Amino acid sequence: MNPSNEPLLDVRDLSVRYLTARGQVRAVDKVSFNVQPGEVVGLAGESGSGKSTIAHALLRILHPPAVITGGQALFEGRDIMAMDDPELEAFRWSKISIVFQSAMNALNPVMKIRDQITDVMLHHGVDKSEAAQRAVDLFDLVGIEPARLDAYPHQLSGGMRQRAVIAIALALKPPMLIMDEPTTALDVVVQKDILEQITELRKKLGFSILFITHDLSLLVEISTHISIMYAGDIVEKAPARELFENPKHPYTLGLMNSFPSISGAKQKLVGIPGSPPDLVAPPSGCKFHPRCAKAMPVCSQIAPVNRQLSADHSVACHLFDK
Amino acid sequence: MTVNIDCKSASSSRFGKSVSAQWDFFRRVLNQPKAIIGLVILVLFMLMAIFAPLLAPYDPSEYVGLANQPPSAEHWLGTTGQGQDVFSQMIYGSRISLFIGFTVGIMSTLIGLIVGMIAGYLPGVVDGVLNVFTNVFLLIPGLPLLITLASFLPQGMVTVILVLSFTEWAWPARVFRSQMLCLREKDFVSASVVSGERMPRIVFAEIMPNMLSLVISSLFGSVVYAIASDASLAFLGFENVNIVSWGTMLYWASNSSALLQQAWWTFLPPGLCIALVSFSTTMLIYAMDEVTNPRLRSEKEITRVLNKYHIGSKRSTPVLHEPIE
Repeated sequence: MNPSNEPLLDVRDLSVRYLTARGQVRAVDKVSFNVQPGEVVGLAGESGSGKSTIAHALLRILHPPAVITGGQALFEGRDIMAMDDPELEAFRWSKISIVFQSAMNALNPVMKIRDQITDVMLHHGVDKSEAAQRAVDLFDLVGIEPARLDAYPHQLSGGMRQRAVIAIALALKPPMLIMDEPTTALDVVVQKDILEQITELRKKLGFSILFITHDLSLLVEISTHISIMYAGDIVEKAPARELFENPKHPYTLGLMNSFPSISGAKQKLVGIPGSPPDLVAPPSGCKFHPRCAKAMPVCSQIAPVNRQLSADHSVACHLFDK
Repeated sequence: MTVNIDCKSASSSRFGKSVSAQWDFFRRVLNQPKAIIGLVILVLFMLMAIFAPLLAPYDPSEYVGLANQPPSAEHWLGTTGQGQDVFSQMIYGSRISLFIGFTVGIMSTLIGLIVGMIAGYLPGVVDGVLNVFTNVFLLIPGLPLLITLASFLPQGMVTVILVLSFTEWAWPARVFRSQMLCLREKDFVSASVVSGERMPRIVFAEIMPNMLSLVISSLFGSVVYAIASDASLAFLGFENVNIVSWGTMLYWASNSSALLQQAWWTFLPPGLCIALVSFSTTMLIYAMDEVTNPRLRSEKEITRVLNKYHIGSKRSTPVLHEPIE
């Protein structure tokens, strides 16, 4: 938790491309961020901005035609991008585990939940009786009756399935969890339950989270730091409060204006006009300039670089060139 | 009192694939080299069958020369053990073989479609009964049944077509039924039920267009099977051996011990023709499969790109260190 410590995960200039018949899709373009121990880092952006691609690339589980075209991801000093298959197999789940977007698709419909939880532990060399005991403990931990371990996925409700998936992610006590839109498929009430559960578990077990969502209001609630992604770039990085109260990048402002506020006078919601760019041939200069209300002539010519506004608030926008 | 929902607008164009999407599909199939090869061969054979009287130099049943003559300028593919012109026989033989092949293919696909779609759409008693029938026909060994039927029924082309269709519909029926079971659960089917469409319309106008590519590839598969079965029946002598077809050519070649006489020109042409027609239809099926299954296509593309950058393992996301352009 000490920021002067070496970060748990340090991503430097990570680039991911999809090779398609139409050309290369630059899904993630030289993205850098880090996750400190015990921190919750949020990654937000609209659909297709590359946030899920980052999550999957960090575990190297993207399937071709995706290729990682550069960069490093140092986890406890080891570069994930330099690992070979056996190393990755030992690394995944024991160091970083992932909670997938759709719990129904993440669980095997013809296997009992118990077997799906113990499966990963047995694979990583935990012995049978211990794995069985841990399965019970894990269900206790995420707040499901351990008797339900013998259920099949379709016999559980959506919220319970997501809890079961979180239990599986915690099976090997990893120091870091990636949560890829864990609550998108759930209704708001269950969503709140799950988020509280995650916060509580994090306090108890002390893992870090890379939390990916398009729901900015939710991120502000749960995370300590937030990175905003647009078209494969991180455009703004700041502590959660700071970003919420003092957003700088026009895109972040647009996102903020897309959410209704519960308190205060009724305001007309302002969205962001236009749609995300085609990443096979992204716009020149700043990729956001065709949709930006504050675009200047320079925006279409030169890609903005990250400007440090304060110790931990940075933004990539020409408005802040000094 | 009755609420009349206009179901015209709720036709397949809104819920299933549109007609133009189907055309686009066939256009993409025809862009494949495999499809072009298959189509060219098939069309050549069809032209050969249609214009047989113009192409054949002799009457195929007439004894026009000495027996077992090797290919010469007079008889391009030699003569049979009975002294008929092999080239003319091969050309005329395509008529019977292709006709039987396509008729049986269409008939068995149609029967399979009707049985399979109805069984799949109506679970319970209807499905139970039709499924038992299908299973029985799948289980009975094909060739013995063919031979038994063909030897007891009056000889002739109609008999052959009926017998082959009768023994062949079960496999397509099974395929269509399983596809139906899957499509039946889709929302667009519920939408057509709610909008008051009748069962035949839902099954054949709403659902069937969604499996058109499967129907066509099954049709071609049946054609190949029918041509081969027809040739086997004829070769075994269970057809009217006085008709000229590729199968009866093989029968006569075998009868006059062509192998012993080393008269390769009597059995190679009909054998090659059967193989080529099978090859062409199989190529068409492959081409269709590749278009309907984009995975196959992208897989090929990916392997090509990965090989280009010398990336072997595909279990984990590959990391490229050199820049790609």
